[in-house]
Amino acid sequence: MQYLNRVFSSHLYDILYVLTRKELKVRYKHHAFGYIWSLLNPLAYAMIYMLVFKLVMKVKVENYPIFLLAGLFPWQWIANSVGVAPNSFIGNASLIKKLNFPRNMLCLVVVLQDLIHFVAAIPVIIGLMFFYGLYPGPEWLLGIPVLCVAQILFTYSLNLLFATINLFFRDMEKLLMMLMTFLFFLTPVVYKAEMVPEKYQAFLYLNPAAGLIISWRELFLNSAITWDFWLSSLGWGIVLFTISSLLYDKLKWRFAEII
Amino acid sequence: MSPVVKFENVYKSYPFYHHISGGFKNLVFNLPKAIEEMKKMKFDALIDISFEIQEGESVAFIGRNGAGKSTTLGLIAQVLKQNQGTIEINKRISPLLELGGGFHHELTGRENIELNGVLLGLSRHEVRDKMDQIIEYSELGQFIDQPIRTYSSGMMARLGFSVIAQLEPEVLLIDEVLAVGDASFQKKCLQTMKSFREQGVTIILVSHGISDVQYLCDRVIWIDNHRIKMDGPTEEVIPEYLEFFGLTPIKGTEDQLPIGGAGRIDPGTLS
Repeated sequence: MQYLNRVFSSHLYDILYVLTRKELKVRYKHHAFGYIWSLLNPLAYAMIYMLVFKLVMKVKVENYPIFLLAGLFPWQWIANSVGVAPNSFIGNASLIKKLNFPRNMLCLVVVLQDLIHFVAAIPVIIGLMFFYGLYPGPEWLLGIPVLCVAQILFTYSLNLLFATINLFFRDMEKLLMMLMTFLFFLTPVVYKAEMVPEKYQAFLYLNPAAGLIISWRELFLNSAITWDFWLSSLGWGIVLFTISSLLYDKLKWRFAEII
Repeated sequence: MSPVVKFENVYKSYPFYHHISGGFKNLVFNLPKAIEEMKKMKFDALIDISFEIQEGESVAFIGRNGAGKSTTLGLIAQVLKQNQGTIEINKRISPLLELGGGFHHELTGRENIELNGVLLGLSRHEVRDKMDQIIEYSELGQFIDQPIRTYSSGMMARLGFSVIAQLEPEVLLIDEVLAVGDASFQKKCLQTMKSFREQGVTIILVSHGISDVQYLCDRVIWIDNHRIKMDGPTEEVIPEYLEFFGLTPIKGTEDQLPIGGAGRIDPGTLS
């Protein structure tokens, strides 16, 4: 009960608020293009993938540009939130050394920041869809929040996991860069899930990122909610959340001495 | 009444995470043994430390560099955990962060005040209410809306202490952060802390500035070689301490502000 009180106390909310706003402000002060970058990134990648996979390798997917974008925007959230994990704690060393506050907030802040960028990009996705005669349906109202929950759980858990490991094993940073490239190609971002050979299809359920990207794409392009993939991602999210929280709880007392 | 801080037979040691003895070859050829040795190698930072601090006391920890003062403060701030013994903390602890710690260099002074205030335990609402007082106290004027990367280290110290000064702390932890800032601001800091003391705020200080300690604290805990060497009233411990390092005691300066004078002695660097 006391734990719940702590979790939902308004002060924790205040900490989350000021830290998230700090991150957003820093990001926008540093870069002249600010918000545009969170749009430019997926658009630029979509262009290069178009070139490679459509023009050169002749992948047969209808409306390939919008197909790519519907996967790249949610992928960007995953890649950012997980990719910066090694820095979540190390980048805040002076706070961790002196202040006793729930340090996992620092990981949640990263994810919330990317959530905000993702939501802010949705109107742009809708705008691009119009070009291909696609329109959002009422299912979006349920689909977006539900998918966000699963994606927050997944990205937060991985961020916490890698941020914690990186304190004790600094090579994690390099290793993670490699792992993220693996994850990108094992997740149907540039190809269709149906293209995966029949006997390997089951593996898509073993990859929470795949479930999320497939679900987002179905929602954006067909206004459909793929509950089976959503459930598998949520399930994995809960497993990862449990593992990373246990590890964090066990090791958090040593953060201040090792950082 | 229960004490604000209570240490009972506290031990704290750090493992040498990065220390590999015997060289790389030895490590490779005797891996299990080397790992075993690394596990055994520990650095004892605190040995059998016991003390109690009552509400309203102002206590200074003194001692050589590396004696274990900052570890003690880290344990009080609950960012470290002891290996043995019990620690009881019964009030809200406000640690004064190291210079620029908790600040972000791209944000303005004003934005940093909000960030710092909330991290130190205020609500956003409270920080907004106190904002004008904090800015006025800092005397930073128009700089308050500039990014703090343009600040000098003294200005940053001002900003940090200004937040603390308006925090209405219950227990104030200060780890050697008052030495920066110009003389007039140091004076203001010391006066503020003295008024805290009069209001019954518990002050816990780590300092090498003997005159600051004499001015602010009525009790001194001297840590040497990771153990408590002496614990008592300031006027008893300080002369012993100075004598130990072969220095002559300074006359008690209760009412005089110890700014920038000959009183600043750092035995840590002398010994």
